[in-house]
Amino acid sequence: MFFSFFAELREAKVPVSLREYLTLMEAMQKRVVTFDIEEFYFLARTALVKDERHLDRFDRVFAQCFKGIEARADPQTAIPESWLRKIAERFLTPEEKQLIETLGGWEQLMETLRQRLAEQRSRHQGGNKWIGTAGTSPFGAFGYNPEGVRIGQHESRNRSAVKVWDRREFRNLDDTVELGTRNIKLALRRLRQFAREGAAEELDLDGTVKSTAHNAGWLDLRLVPERHNVVKLLLFLDVGGSMEDHVRICEELFSAARSEFKHLIHFYFHNCVYDWVWRDSRRRHAEQVPVMELLRTYDRRYRIVLVGDASMSPYEIEKEGGSVERWNDEPGEVWLRRLFDAYPRAVWLNPVPEKHWTGTASIGMIRRITEDRMFPLTLDGIDRAMRRLKRRG
Amino acid sequence: MLRFEGTDTYVVTQDLQVAVNAAIALERPLLVKGEPGTGKTILAHEVARGIARDLITWHIKSTTKAQQGLYEYDAVSRLRDGQLGDERVHDIANYIVPGKLWEAFEAPEAPVLLIDEIDKADIEFPNDLLLELDRMEFYVYETRRTIQARQRPIVIITSNNEKELPDAFLRRCFFHYIRFPDRETMQRIIDVHYPDLKHELVHEALTIFYDIRQIPGLKKKPSTSELLDWIKLLLVEDIPPEALKTRDAAKLIPPLHGALLKNEEDVHLFERLAFLHRRERGGS
Repeated sequence: MFFSFFAELREAKVPVSLREYLTLMEAMQKRVVTFDIEEFYFLARTALVKDERHLDRFDRVFAQCFKGIEARADPQTAIPESWLRKIAERFLTPEEKQLIETLGGWEQLMETLRQRLAEQRSRHQGGNKWIGTAGTSPFGAFGYNPEGVRIGQHESRNRSAVKVWDRREFRNLDDTVELGTRNIKLALRRLRQFAREGAAEELDLDGTVKSTAHNAGWLDLRLVPERHNVVKLLLFLDVGGSMEDHVRICEELFSAARSEFKHLIHFYFHNCVYDWVWRDSRRRHAEQVPVMELLRTYDRRYRIVLVGDASMSPYEIEKEGGSVERWNDEPGEVWLRRLFDAYPRAVWLNPVPEKHWTGTASIGMIRRITEDRMFPLTLDGIDRAMRRLKRRG
Repeated sequence: MLRFEGTDTYVVTQDLQVAVNAAIALERPLLVKGEPGTGKTILAHEVARGIARDLITWHIKSTTKAQQGLYEYDAVSRLRDGQLGDERVHDIANYIVPGKLWEAFEAPEAPVLLIDEIDKADIEFPNDLLLELDRMEFYVYETRRTIQARQRPIVIITSNNEKELPDAFLRRCFFHYIRFPDRETMQRIIDVHYPDLKHELVHEALTIFYDIRQIPGLKKKPSTSELLDWIKLLLVEDIPPEALKTRDAAKLIPPLHGALLKNEEDVHLFERLAFLHRRERGGS
């Protein structure tokens, strides 16, 4: 029973195991819920999903399995077709439905919509092409176009019209999509580790009392080394140029990072690291630090994280004098290698979505130089990067 | 079969109810997550009240060890008794202090056990409790005795997501994520807490509350518990609904906003937005 559902969940990368499946079966057998699809959905969700990040994926699989909706190649832009169909049917008059034909019929409309959704990334309002609110485009809410398809309007979200799992309320908890300060903090915390380091010099009062008591009263002093957070991090942020779009996300990363480490020292660079980096992004020329000095100052135990889109002209990486800021005697590649050699635990975080990486030559080059230690700037990517930072090389 | 249907002071959504009942029926722990202030801890209290069982709470701190939930051996008092020549000293069982889990196992009727904020503890903490929560038994080395649960307690675990919980642990639990309540549910929650509140005041308060939650960039969005506090303050100060209703540009900051915004930067952000808004109005 429901085995294909279980298989589909695994397919969609919701980590379910046999144990959870059996739990669900057991709950069904014990009649925890009656024959009600909504209750069954709640039960399946509580039994099979163990992390809010997977709730959205679960909803999609559930809708697909129990309603026969086709899967989309790109889950981020998937809107259940029947959902749209239903809404359109509710809101369109027969005349309007005829008008749909003017755009080449229903199939055509859906196809165009799918394309637009794929092209469009940000919220949009007004205008006549993109999907958003209050425009004259066929797509979006509160519009005037009779061919209009309504998306995400309040009426369409009320309880009776749309099934719970189709509402996709947990969408922004999916870790491959959004990145908030809290999310980053969580991921960075993975890196935090406390350790007892140095000479045993702090009196361990509890330990002393305990071992003295166990010793039947003979004093047995116990000492422990001091405990502190040992993770030290150098953070390199790319500023200016193509990174302007990503500055906000970087700042968030930066503000989240601050409290998690023993030492966090940040530097700024532009496009690629050369012989100099800056301490302050606004006063580039006043506070320069030679990278050589940096390598001498901070030992191998520091971890380094570079944040940059790695999108530049290939010359900026492989040629002397390639830097757009100033003359460099040695190419950026040499400096990058030096940095990655000096610090065995290093990663590059890239705000450009992973699927677009193959399109830019310089990204490929930097991935090669960093030995594939480039990760996307999503929660999942940071997670992978932090795990990578834990081990050497 | 025992079923939880919500109580007169707690509004339970259908999905949460299914999750709780599944956990009760299958005797598995229920892990509850959600934004702070959405009633995770209260849930355990209300479940205990709803099904008329005792509640045992175990608050977890960063220093809590799994062993403390089972039992502790009080070597110090045994030593003292030994030096004073007390008779009790000959039986080590006198110095085994039962923890919360033991207490829950030995209860005559299966209680509700709340393990609050499990993510505060060390990363190994949940792993150390795997077997105990699964089989509901553990072994006391000092007295060579196995403690077994008379009835499996109803275990409710809350987490604020500060640490990831190990997979093996998660597999043994039911999971529920408490979503932030929508307006309709919120109205019911307020009705439950302040039954004879003027309808108008609630309406205005909710409008302002959801408006504030909409502000982008707030460090800490106000949650249910903050809303309830705020309404209580409004009642105490006897603020009339008209005061909230005013869309007068000069008084855009709602009265007693300190109850809603807990962060200095958020208050600044809010004031700045109100100021900008006012200037816009003035200019046009």
